[in-house]
Amino acid sequence: MKRLLRRNETLVAITLVVLCLVIGLNNPTFFTVGTVFTLLRGSIVTGIFAMGVLIVIISGGIDVSFTAIGVFALYSTVKLMLAYAPDASIWVAFSIAGLIGLGLGLINAFFIAKFKLPTLIVTLGTLSMFHGFLLFAIGNQIIRDVPPALTEFARATVIEIPQARGTANLHPAVFLLVAVAILMWILLRYTMLGRGIYALGGAPEAAERAGFNVTRIQYFIYGFVGLLSGVAGMTFGGLARQANPQDIVGMELNVIAAVVLGGAYLTGGRGTVIGTLLGVILVVIANNSLILIGVPTVWQRVVIGLIILIGTGIPAIQERRAGKITSGLAEA
Amino acid sequence: MTNAFLRLTGISKSFAGVQALRDVDLTIERGRVHCLVGENGSGKSTLIKIIAGVYQRDTGEYVIDGKNLARLQPIDAIREGVQVIYQDFSLFPNLTVAENIALNEEVAEGRRWVNWQQVRNVAADALAQIEVNIPLDVTVGEVSVANKQLIAVAKAMRQNARLIIMDEPTTALTEREIRALFSVLRKLQERDGVAFLFVSHKLDEVLSISEKIIVIRNGKTVSEGERDEYDRARLVYDMTGHSITEKSYDFEPDLSQPPLLKVENLNAEPMLNDINFELRAGEIVGVTGLLGSGRTELALALYGMQPIKSGRITIDQKPVDLRSNRDAIAHGIGYVPEDRLSEGLFLEQSIAKNVVVRTIESLRGSLGLTDPAKISGQVSQWVDALRIKTADPALPVNTLSGGNQQRVVLAKWLASNPKVMILNGPTVGVDVGSKEELHNLMKKLAGEGMGLLVISDDIPELLGTCNRILLMRNGTIVEEINTKETNENKISSKLIED
Ligand SMILES: Nc1ncnc2c1ncn2[C@@H]1O[C@H](COP(=O)(O)OP(=O)(O)OP(=O)(O)O)[C@@H](O)[C@H]1O
Ligand SMILES: [Mg+2]
Repeated sequence: MKRLLRRNETLVAITLVVLCLVIGLNNPTFFTVGTVFTLLRGSIVTGIFAMGVLIVIISGGIDVSFTAIGVFALYSTVKLMLAYAPDASIWVAFSIAGLIGLGLGLINAFFIAKFKLPTLIVTLGTLSMFHGFLLFAIGNQIIRDVPPALTEFARATVIEIPQARGTANLHPAVFLLVAVAILMWILLRYTMLGRGIYALGGAPEAAERAGFNVTRIQYFIYGFVGLLSGVAGMTFGGLARQANPQDIVGMELNVIAAVVLGGAYLTGGRGTVIGTLLGVILVVIANNSLILIGVPTVWQRVVIGLIILIGTGIPAIQERRAGKITSGLAEA
Repeated sequence: MTNAFLRLTGISKSFAGVQALRDVDLTIERGRVHCLVGENGSGKSTLIKIIAGVYQRDTGEYVIDGKNLARLQPIDAIREGVQVIYQDFSLFPNLTVAENIALNEEVAEGRRWVNWQQVRNVAADALAQIEVNIPLDVTVGEVSVANKQLIAVAKAMRQNARLIIMDEPTTALTEREIRALFSVLRKLQERDGVAFLFVSHKLDEVLSISEKIIVIRNGKTVSEGERDEYDRARLVYDMTGHSITEKSYDFEPDLSQPPLLKVENLNAEPMLNDINFELRAGEIVGVTGLLGSGRTELALALYGMQPIKSGRITIDQKPVDLRSNRDAIAHGIGYVPEDRLSEGLFLEQSIAKNVVVRTIESLRGSLGLTDPAKISGQVSQWVDALRIKTADPALPVNTLSGGNQQRVVLAKWLASNPKVMILNGPTVGVDVGSKEELHNLMKKLAGEGMGLLVISDDIPELLGTCNRILLMRNGTIVEEINTKETNENKISSKLIED
């Protein structure tokens, strides 16, 4: 029981339940299928991005360029489709976006693995490089006349439940997030590659001594994050039914916050898929539903900041209490 | 000697101008326990890295199991059964005990998928083989240093170790843990014929566990022989080139002067309870007790790093409020922590910068700029006083040997000239010769009016340097002992009684 309580997932889950109760008791419309479906729809993009960020953080790195990769992949894919294959299916759209994302991710990997540069520096650089290149060389106008495949995608629905006012629809892309999450869970838990990612985040030198090919692991991580970001970017455009080169960039902090709230350590080595999903839902609720209990929009960022401070602060304090009063001694 | 497993002859190695090893000979015999001793910076760790293939030797012969190997990579050494357990143990703090043990094999076998049942079986097997019991499902970050060491040993045995090398394995262990470790190792020696090579600065330990001893000084083998050929005096002589006799510290406190530091009815987190004592200028007071007795917590409380619940602390007769280490430093309290290597150095920065980092403010010249002449004056003063063995203080700290890195931490704190200096295990990992020098330095500082509080479980050290010894148990001081009226046996038996 004590172990269970100490686990981060438990803490996030409790916070989540409390937050839902507070919102729901103040505004009963919160507890409706409609709200649930809307929140789920709102979690898809953040969730897919978060899965990518999760493996980077577990490996001891950080990636802030994923939003630029996402919007780059989305916008270029839409432009390519409009120019060459306006009637291609949504699967083609996702494949192209994924490949573009993969390519950009490998650029990150190259700088990180080859030159051993700090991951934050590299991805801060590529964040503005990718975005700048997109705006300057590919286009800076919002595309509203998207290929029909995207329009269909936006309207797609798997479950329809009649409500007092209109119907509640569940978008099929929720299953995309579920599939990505299951894939990640298997990768992290049951493959040596996944264990190598944890090992790298826990003790990089020891990982090398143990025989892991660290360079190859890093190429995988940043390439895979790129691919996921491309897919997430495409999903975003599909749901929004437009390709706006100014979208997505700016979401970095929300996504990273979700992952960290879900129990991943920014110092690397720790983090789980379940925790991350909980963190994503928490952030999405905080972003979308605080307004239901009268928190004005401008205050939402403050509340999210507070949740992050509390959510990540409590485990850190607990750990320090447990006897690790080490840090801080060197720097008085 | 047909029983030689590994024979090194005429090994030398230099690093950019520093001759770390010159003409070293060493023979490791199958199934025997060897100890490698020598002063700080004499080349022990370098020699071990050459045996492991981590460093390439410049000259010399390396014959293992009858094979003469020209070049050697770490993987070759591992194939020959050489396993080195480094001080960081090469473990993953975020992974479970089971996974840590099994991981190397899984990687070596080129697996793609993880079979968790098999991971547990491998780990359980490995621990059973060395006959120890450690829970498999906790993360390694949560287990004690002693257990980490055993996990590293279990891993080494899984890889068919025939020689296990451990560089200062006992520095972070308690008495009881040391006994447990050696009983495991002895079993492996008897049952599996594994040979061991230890590095240690604790001479009593060397004499009690080893069968063969190798002494090196300044990168050269001075002597190599059976344990029976050595006693403490010969070890000290071979290591340092002269003999050492320590005098006890004779200081009569001036009772008319008020105490420098006075602690009354101190209660503090997590377990300190009703602590009372005084420290006068010029005194060296020892604090001892078993691990968990609260001795480190006391130091931390006085350094403002543990919340104080109640009680009074006065310095120079003025009550002080110690809420953080900043407060403590402002009131003239300095603290050299136990775990110096991870707590106090900027390893990539120069020795000089590390020494002056705390005092840089006081070294400013007339324009408020740092004065290079003053800085280098202070640096060379401390490099000399502490005998830091380096070619040039401008070199980064990580080129120093382990013991010399520790001296840099001491220098950094001593340079800031506090009124009260708390030293936690000041000579852990320091060789005998330098230990004496450090003790003399402590006495000199006390003579100049500093008050020193020395935490240590090295009883002879306390007897040789302190006026009084405070014995702690369960978070409180149970007895104050005058060093003139006691001896090592008396204190040791007091330590273990309950
Ligand atoms: N990477 C390096 N670059 C430059 N000099 C080095 C390097 N490693 C070791 N040395 C030097 O080689 C000498 C031997 O160092 P080594 O670490 O082998 O000593 P040691 O016997 O292990 O000492 P200790 O007891 O303090 O651990 C020292 O003078 C040290 O400064
Ligand atoms: Mg050493």
